[in-house]
Amino acid sequence: MKVKFQWKFLFQIFWSFFKISPVTFGGGFAMIPFIIKEIVEKRKWLTHEDITDVIALSQTIPGAVAVNSATFIGHRIGGIRGAIAAMIGVSLPTFVIVLSLGISYFFIQDNPKLEAAFISIRTTIVAIIVYAAIRIAKTAITDKTTFFIMAVGVPILFFIHPVVAIFLGAITGLVAVKIKKRLGYNIDLHKKKKVDPTTDPDYFMGAGI
Amino acid sequence: MILWELFHTFFIMGFVSFGGGYPMIPIIETAVTDYGWMTAERLTNMIAIAGMSPGPVAVNSAILVGYSAAGIKGALVSAMAILLPSLILVILVAALFIKLHHNPVVENIFYGLKPLVTSLIIFAALKFALANDLITINVSFRSISLVAIFGLSLFALLKLRWNPVYVIILSGLVGIALYS
Repeated sequence: MKVKFQWKFLFQIFWSFFKISPVTFGGGFAMIPFIIKEIVEKRKWLTHEDITDVIALSQTIPGAVAVNSATFIGHRIGGIRGAIAAMIGVSLPTFVIVLSLGISYFFIQDNPKLEAAFISIRTTIVAIIVYAAIRIAKTAITDKTTFFIMAVGVPILFFIHPVVAIFLGAITGLVAVKIKKRLGYNIDLHKKKKVDPTTDPDYFMGAGI
Repeated sequence: MILWELFHTFFIMGFVSFGGGYPMIPIIETAVTDYGWMTAERLTNMIAIAGMSPGPVAVNSAILVGYSAAGIKGALVSAMAILLPSLILVILVAALFIKLHHNPVVENIFYGLKPLVTSLIIFAALKFALANDLITINVSFRSISLVAIFGLSLFALLKLRWNPVYVIILSGLVGIALYS
């Protein structure tokens, strides 16, 4: 009896995120109202505060906000199995959609109209990447030091592996704060105003794009 | 062997995936060049499809690059490889009750990490602009129209605040009208 109940419970977790997943158009942020509706209001598994907590936490660990927050919520509700159920639930629909688009692309890629469309789309992708850079820069570049790290980072990337650069960036952050504190500078690491991560899109460090 | 290449590339990427999908492009691009999975042009097409689809751009890119390099098996392996780090980290953080936000060490790390994530995206934009002839000394109908498409796309995103998906679709229609 108990085993049966658990499978049913895990399936409920899976199904909740399976339904929410296709709305992740435009990133994890779009998912939050649906998570609140499904997990807080309908299933009553967690409270609104829990969700705010989870979204903030999902931001500080690497990975997509949508996947991380689903996995965190699954873990809070049903332990490791719950985490796995939620992760598969949130990933499966988009996996199928993306794969179908990919397969269709390979079937019609030699079509001259599609080739023509992609000449323009590739340029638009560069614009979207620039847009992503501007959005992240708004929260990342807060003073001269962060501007300097960004400016030095670009040419350095032509010579070192991006993964190494990410670690160097993290270490630079630690060292820079220490030096600045020793020199007596005051660094404001906190945002000026307190933001609720579930309502402020800019909180998402570009996660939505 | 290609499955293993895909797995370790996206598994490592999963552990350093900060700031959404676009900062991860240089990692994918490096692996694509090193292992010769596909041309830069096709990679840009894959990123475009990833951006048009629902779901996280990083995960979508992994699925599409995996499929493009090794079929459906490649897509599955790449998706698992990029999702596994999230699962491991969530379980670890939850089990150890690590308080990550408002933790001073984490905040100091992010102080340096966020600007570097910005560099990664700028770098990705430069690389793709070069690979797709957006930055060129040739003056032709194509190069001028591409610069115009770039400017209009950026305007639609920044000033008109259009959803990127619509901008991509409209851009595709413009491409058909201009280049076919």
